[in-house]
Amino acid sequence: MSALLFEGRDWSFETLQKIYDVVESVAKEELGLDTFPNQIEVITAEQMLDAYSSTGMPQLYRHWSFGKRFAQFEGVYRAGLQGLAYEIVINADPCICYVMEENSATMQALVIAHAAFGHNHFFKNNYQFRQWTDPTGILDYLAYAKKYIASCEERYGEAEVERLLDAAHALAPQGVDRYPRKRPMSLVDEEKRDRARKEESERLYDDLWRTVPRSGEAARKAIDHQRALLRLPQENILYFLEKTAPKLQAWQREALRIVRLVAQYFYPQQQTKVMNEGCATYCHYRIINRLHETGRIGDGSFLEFLQSHTNAIRQPTAHDPYYNGINPYALGFDMMCDIARIVREPTEEDRQWFPEIAGRGDEMAVLKDVWANYRDDSFIAQFLSPRLMRKWRLFHIVDETDAPKLRVAAIHNERGYQDLRRSLASDYEVGRHTPDIQVVDVDLAGSRRLVLHHRVFSGRLLDVVDATLVLRHLTRLWGYEVVLQEIDATTNEVLKAHMASPEP
Amino acid sequence: MRIVDRRLNPGGKSFSNRQRFLRRVRETVARAVREASRERAIEDLENAQEITVPADGAREPVFRQTPGERRDFVLPGNRDYVEGDLIDRPMGADGEGGGEPGRGHGREDAFRFVLTREEFLSIFLDDLELPDFAKRGLVDTQKLGSRRAGYSMSGAPANLSLGRTMQMSLARRIAMGRPRQHTVERLEEEFAGAEGNEAAELLDEVLRARTRRMRIPFLDPVDLRYRRFERFPKPVAQAVMFCLMDVSGSMTEHMKDLAKRFFMLLHVFLTRRYQRVEIVFIRHTDEAQEVDEETFFRSTETGGTIVSSALVEMDRIVSDRYDPASWNIYGAQASDGDNMMSDNDRTRALLQDRILPLCQYFAYLEVANPAEGHPLSHVGGSSLWNAYAPLAATARNFQMRRVSRRDHIYPVFRELFRRRERDGAEEAP
Repeated sequence: MSALLFEGRDWSFETLQKIYDVVESVAKEELGLDTFPNQIEVITAEQMLDAYSSTGMPQLYRHWSFGKRFAQFEGVYRAGLQGLAYEIVINADPCICYVMEENSATMQALVIAHAAFGHNHFFKNNYQFRQWTDPTGILDYLAYAKKYIASCEERYGEAEVERLLDAAHALAPQGVDRYPRKRPMSLVDEEKRDRARKEESERLYDDLWRTVPRSGEAARKAIDHQRALLRLPQENILYFLEKTAPKLQAWQREALRIVRLVAQYFYPQQQTKVMNEGCATYCHYRIINRLHETGRIGDGSFLEFLQSHTNAIRQPTAHDPYYNGINPYALGFDMMCDIARIVREPTEEDRQWFPEIAGRGDEMAVLKDVWANYRDDSFIAQFLSPRLMRKWRLFHIVDETDAPKLRVAAIHNERGYQDLRRSLASDYEVGRHTPDIQVVDVDLAGSRRLVLHHRVFSGRLLDVVDATLVLRHLTRLWGYEVVLQEIDATTNEVLKAHMASPEP
Repeated sequence: MRIVDRRLNPGGKSFSNRQRFLRRVRETVARAVREASRERAIEDLENAQEITVPADGAREPVFRQTPGERRDFVLPGNRDYVEGDLIDRPMGADGEGGGEPGRGHGREDAFRFVLTREEFLSIFLDDLELPDFAKRGLVDTQKLGSRRAGYSMSGAPANLSLGRTMQMSLARRIAMGRPRQHTVERLEEEFAGAEGNEAAELLDEVLRARTRRMRIPFLDPVDLRYRRFERFPKPVAQAVMFCLMDVSGSMTEHMKDLAKRFFMLLHVFLTRRYQRVEIVFIRHTDEAQEVDEETFFRSTETGGTIVSSALVEMDRIVSDRYDPASWNIYGAQASDGDNMMSDNDRTRALLQDRILPLCQYFAYLEVANPAEGHPLSHVGGSSLWNAYAPLAATARNFQMRRVSRRDHIYPVFRELFRRRERDGAEEAP
């Protein structure tokens, strides 16, 4: 039972299968992970670059921006500035893990434990993913999207489609629903329903209705009615355009929808970076350690594993020239380990801070509950412990434009814990990093001018150059004038307005 | 769990995206390519090139927030700060050096990427062609094409045409009256249900039908038909480029460098763009000599200058090897313009009467020292320049340019060989 799974760095497909089986037994029996079925795909470095540039998806419609990303990654990789990721994992059912052929046998074990079990468990159980993504339908949908866009290119020309996709990509961050939809519907059903609706409206269309005259009162009522139909205000700009932009053709609406749904698919990943990596790193750490303890991997392999693991969770301090933000792997892993410690061997302080979990004894039950029910900001706000803040020596700096110097607002001491935890958590609120922009009004009686509001918090106006460019894209889709007003969230004062008119 | 080996899947999935991206930034890339070609050694042109594209060329705008009045950072690794400390702003525009936690999206920088050799040369040589590439002939009989030519009774099994064979088989079976399977079966059934005399007749009929079916095969060797291909000579346009270079003593190192650069560009252009262009290298001092490529570009020699000698040599080679009736002939000459006074008239006459009528196009490049004024507004001129000048005004297929600086070589080269609109334009082979 305790024979080595492999020796040296070479692996074969049988080794891979053996590794998988052993990792699976540890993951299922000891950790109790609950995963989608896995599909491991062995790929080359070039294919890894391919996968990188199309946001990890195995197939995506064609667009120049993916070519740009490919060129960038390739340049960096060729110059040797950065190695490739060892794996990419796709949130689908079955869960697809790409592993590179160059990986050594140890790395393959690490990758399988990390992606095929850690990430996979997270995808299947976290509420964000359950709410927003449809892992069974996604691959079919992407295939459909690719074919659809290609057929549009054939029919309407590449230039036309490219213009549309450029505009849609510019608005994609404003194309996600942030609040749960009414009822979950599979992408396939939704597509079917839309098609049926379109057919019905074509069948019922009668041009004569348009010619029936209306008096003033009735006309105003009609406008009010129309406005109600627009369901304003609307924060999902792409959705709004798809449903209401007057000049778009059916295929353009469908293309907007595709961009919107793809953006929506990635929305949970943005919100759970720390947790997702923390979960996967914690799982692979436990699994590989267990393999070493039971003698399934040798000491040499274990050292190799430790080296990659330590690299992944390296966190330079703020004074270090290599400091480049907080490493989600490091923070995630440390927090998971810390929670496990609190559950098993709590100190007096932990009992005070975490009365519900301290000393419960079963760390996997607690962790699985955490992985299922939190996202980054709520996770940090809830579980960043004073002990970890001391270990990381966290401090909070405030930089105010009119102050001559930076001020240290809090450090890792009794008075600072709450402040640190709150500030760090708010850094991970997705809402804080995407501007709050909503469609608030349309001039239905006259010019069809579209009015948007950006609610400005603490003076964070929009970057003028980018805003102008995006508005130009927006007018192209809307077809009429567009106004974007920046409104202070506290005083409701209009700070700035951007305007764009369609090109004649 | 399944393990799938994807390594053998066709690569280049991003190829069409890359094409789209290059098309998008074509303007910028073309500019970068041209700038790169100024400084780099020409030999490098054949290698992959790294190109920097400014971010603006491929900008993907999204709504972004500016930092605002108050920025908060939670950072790891406190050394000795306590709450309430005031810290000087670190140097550098961005305040806290790279301190924005995790997701600070800065403005995109210009980024570098590598063009493949094909991509580089295609942009580098964009819009260039040999002018008046008109003569096509059946000269080279070795160039054979292959095309379908009906069917034949014999051939390689790989060329068996199933459709046609079955058609022949069906026709034969109908013509020879081969009873069909269900006819035989029907007869057998009738025979089974019949009695007496009728039965004997039916038995007879069944037997006859069976034998006939045996005798006339379903598929006979005479049915076999094979797809036939025939070879035919393909008309091919052939061209020869004469490179004439002055290597006399009056040429300074700088001038030789310019001339060589020019011919190297020409060489790259011809070998990359045209599959079937021969190149003849002639260098001359007071006598001309046909040399190979290596000698032409590498070796040094000096002496006096008699330009006409090179033209005579070119004329001789043409009449020896390249029949003007089937060859497209081009000439490119580089010289510092010094020539023996007595030779000028002879040179011009040779060019005008002998060479130009043979040529589709002839380009003269005069190289000068950097001090000698602007390359394109040369007045006064060297002796050869003055001798050629009247020709440039009258002859349709003659162009002359003057170059004094390295970085002007490429623009002048482009000018000499840019694609021109003309009647009955033909594609390069």
